[in-house]
Amino acid sequence: MNYGYLTLARALLPEMTLVAGALLVLAYDLIRGRRHTLPERRAAALLLGAVALAAALYDSLAVGALGPVYGNTLMLDPLAVATRAGVLGLALLTLGVAAGARLPRHPAEYVAIILFANTGFTLMGAAHQLLVAFVALELASLSLYILAGFNKDSRESAEAALKYFLFGGMATAFLLFGFSLIYGVTGELDFSRIALALAQTGMTPLLALALVMVLVAFGFKAAAAPFHLWAPDAYQGAPTPSAALIASASKLAGFTLFLRLLWPGLGALAGQVATAGNTGGWLTLVALLAGASLLLGNLAALAQANLRRLLAYSAIAHTGVMLLGVIAAETAGAGPLFYYLATYGVATAGAFGVIAVLEVNGGCQRITDLAGLDRRSPLLTGCLAVFILSLAGIPPLAGFAGKFFIFAAALQVGGVAGPAGWLTLLAIALSAVALYYYLIVLKQALVAAPAPERAGRIRVPTATAITLVAAAAIIVGLGLFPSLILGLF
Amino acid sequence: MNLLPYTIYLSFAGALLSLVAGRRSAAAARGVALLTAVACWGITLYAACGFTPSNQMIQLVDVTWISQLGIHYHLAADGISLTLVVLTGLAATAGILFSWNIAERTGEFFAFYLALIGGVYGVFLSADAFLFFVFYEIAIVPKYFLIANWGSTNRLYGAMKLALYSFAGSALVLAGLLWIYAAGHASGFSLWELAQAAAGLSHPQQVVIFAFLFTGFAVLAGMFPFHTWAPTGHVAAPTGASMLLAGVVMKLGAYGCLRVALPLVPAGLEFWQPVIAWLALAGILYAGLVALVQDDFKFVIGYSSVSHMGFVLLGLALANPAAMAGAVLQMFSHGVIAGLLFAVVGRMVYERTHTRQLAELTRLPLHRLMPFAAVVFVLAGLASMGMPGFSGFPAELTILVGAWQVSKVWALAAALGVLIAAAFTLRAIQVAFFGQAGAAAPAAGPVHLYAPITWPERTGAILLLAATLLVGLRPDLLLNWIIPSLQSPMMQAVWIGGTR
Repeated sequence: MNYGYLTLARALLPEMTLVAGALLVLAYDLIRGRRHTLPERRAAALLLGAVALAAALYDSLAVGALGPVYGNTLMLDPLAVATRAGVLGLALLTLGVAAGARLPRHPAEYVAIILFANTGFTLMGAAHQLLVAFVALELASLSLYILAGFNKDSRESAEAALKYFLFGGMATAFLLFGFSLIYGVTGELDFSRIALALAQTGMTPLLALALVMVLVAFGFKAAAAPFHLWAPDAYQGAPTPSAALIASASKLAGFTLFLRLLWPGLGALAGQVATAGNTGGWLTLVALLAGASLLLGNLAALAQANLRRLLAYSAIAHTGVMLLGVIAAETAGAGPLFYYLATYGVATAGAFGVIAVLEVNGGCQRITDLAGLDRRSPLLTGCLAVFILSLAGIPPLAGFAGKFFIFAAALQVGGVAGPAGWLTLLAIALSAVALYYYLIVLKQALVAAPAPERAGRIRVPTATAITLVAAAAIIVGLGLFPSLILGLF
Repeated sequence: MNLLPYTIYLSFAGALLSLVAGRRSAAAARGVALLTAVACWGITLYAACGFTPSNQMIQLVDVTWISQLGIHYHLAADGISLTLVVLTGLAATAGILFSWNIAERTGEFFAFYLALIGGVYGVFLSADAFLFFVFYEIAIVPKYFLIANWGSTNRLYGAMKLALYSFAGSALVLAGLLWIYAAGHASGFSLWELAQAAAGLSHPQQVVIFAFLFTGFAVLAGMFPFHTWAPTGHVAAPTGASMLLAGVVMKLGAYGCLRVALPLVPAGLEFWQPVIAWLALAGILYAGLVALVQDDFKFVIGYSSVSHMGFVLLGLALANPAAMAGAVLQMFSHGVIAGLLFAVVGRMVYERTHTRQLAELTRLPLHRLMPFAAVVFVLAGLASMGMPGFSGFPAELTILVGAWQVSKVWALAAALGVLIAAAFTLRAIQVAFFGQAGAAAPAAGPVHLYAPITWPERTGAILLLAATLLVGLRPDLLLNWIIPSLQSPMMQAVWIGGTR
């Protein structure tokens, strides 16, 4: 077996780079920071952070798909490599967003915590054992709670962090309970041995309880209805770059982790959703979560007047499609789901980037705050249009291709004869509903006249401008050439 | 022929370019837009000159696009698509000429306009269902912004209604296509592969899938009772966009029915034929009667569009070659005539008199104040009511002949629709242009002298009039392209399945 420390160190090179980078950011600010102004300190922290992320990205690509590492503790398959690269890329976008957002009071700490969160994300992408998975998830979650509450002067930020923390903590308890039950029944920690053990035992009442626990926790973390309640408040109150990270990278890492736990690990307990009738597996639960998220997310988004809450409900709706992708992964593999997660993350992070710039230029909470954006900044308008239309699923943008692949895969599970097919038809119908609220956003940006007190032109900081244009280019590029990602799996 | 794909690329490039040019000056944006549209139209005409009618699609481009799902970037053309791309080139050019006076955010206007045109060309040339769908959806979003930004009456409502109807329709289409692909285990998304996959499905499934596909497309073709977006959308839209909407966008829906819904699931047509035919007839008669009592000049034209598109849908539903050839001819004819009518009402009359209320227009002696507009409208009206010599006559006659072969009741009901069309067109002509013709002197009140008709308006009107006359006098020009294409292997299944 491959229990060598050297291999382990090699496999964990990206994580080590990130931690070293985070410490470096803190140290530099501690030593040199007091001689500089706050904007300079932010620039230095962001630059160091970006270098650390880029180095980690290079590491994860250079290390590549090693296969199982240290027994089966880590699994570096193509999905893990893609997830690592994906979350690091999304974190880079987040730093670009932070460059144009309001100044945090402690920029170095902010960047360092983003890096710690990413350590958790990359580890989640590769974790193949219950304990590692749990530790990685908690590292990421704890960092995200701090990031959500980082703006100490704002009541909304504190509220966001508290809600996020309380719900998240609860979810953690559920998760740990579920994990301990699985360990108790099978006596195993790593996913492949759990799968072997479960193939022998089959479903038992205790395992059913464990599945419910795990999926409740999953629902909380992924903001799937009915466990979504924290999401609108967190998206609304958290500092904008934090919201971008919560919406993008954390979703990608979380779905990869659970996909790995559910299909290879608990695949024996999946049951089926190809035809009608409950066979008592976790697929039924996932299908319920997906249906609830699709309905609640899309319908509640129709009534929103606050742009961030609208994005939160749209995120819940997208979670529904992602859960459909988890169901479809049985036949189609992780490709469509990963494509959807990655491109959704880019579009959402980009949309928050636009919001961040607007916030510095007169505020951006209500949808009407976007009014007349095309006369204030054509660049922001163009990028926002790409992101929003991608979220709405308009071709040739990546959001359309993602939806198309997931729907095609989900229909292949069992045609339209069973829950998987019905959910797909529901999702297609609701995508027509979703266009309404996305067009409302674009109507403000492209049609409405600017409010008199906010008619001035907006200067977009260079780093943010580059980030937004890059994000828009990724959305268009991957939309036109989806094989670039689908071919990886 | 091989240049045809460049209509798509040129249109999208022109959209970007006019956005950039619009930053400099409105005139530059206009110039770019007109040049792009004329160049694309030129390409279609050049392709038409070198076209030999046959029952095979002419392959233009075929490269693997998304190998994982067997999706190809596959463009091809036959006589039907050629007819419609020529129409698109003409309508786009005329529409730009009639949008010459757009002064506000000109660059953006023409960018959305050309993006829409690019999507339309793409739809007419696609031979892969995925690609077809991509272009179909690309055409939706620009419509929203064209209407919402530059429209008139109730523009935000009209734009949103149109966008939601179109998108709901395309969601149905997507569901239908994916259903065939997944349940039929198709190896790819080419129309041919999907047709084979669909043939393996059970009959009830085929019937439901056909309903999804046909309804989805027919929404955009203005099929009763899903037509209500059309009058509101047309009225709210700026003139150039109304011309495109009625001229080519509604044809996207009809073309989708013809190219995708019918050949993929011919068994569905057999099942639904009476329903579709009656809905089409209901559209012809109902919209015609509604047009008869409108107070708003543009609503008359909006409802007349729905009525005329009813003929197209009827022709498609009849599933015999004569009626279907007539339907394609009617698509061309209506595209030209509706564009002309909207141009007169929206640009020549409304932008000078600033009213579209027939009650107010009737107090103005428009036939003397705007003789050119009056002449054009009378000619377009004659064409619209199916006067021999204009394109509407051979088109509707062919459909009626085809209908007579299938059901005499349907043919008679459709013929009644022709009469109603004559009634509402004559009423509009009389009330709007000759309201004071009988009176001895103009009624009290100052008579305005309106700005003279500009050269872009004259050019656009003459182009469209020439097209409807040419096709009216020589319908064989287009029918010679269309009829062999209806004998293609894909369409054969429709005749076998649809007529008994």
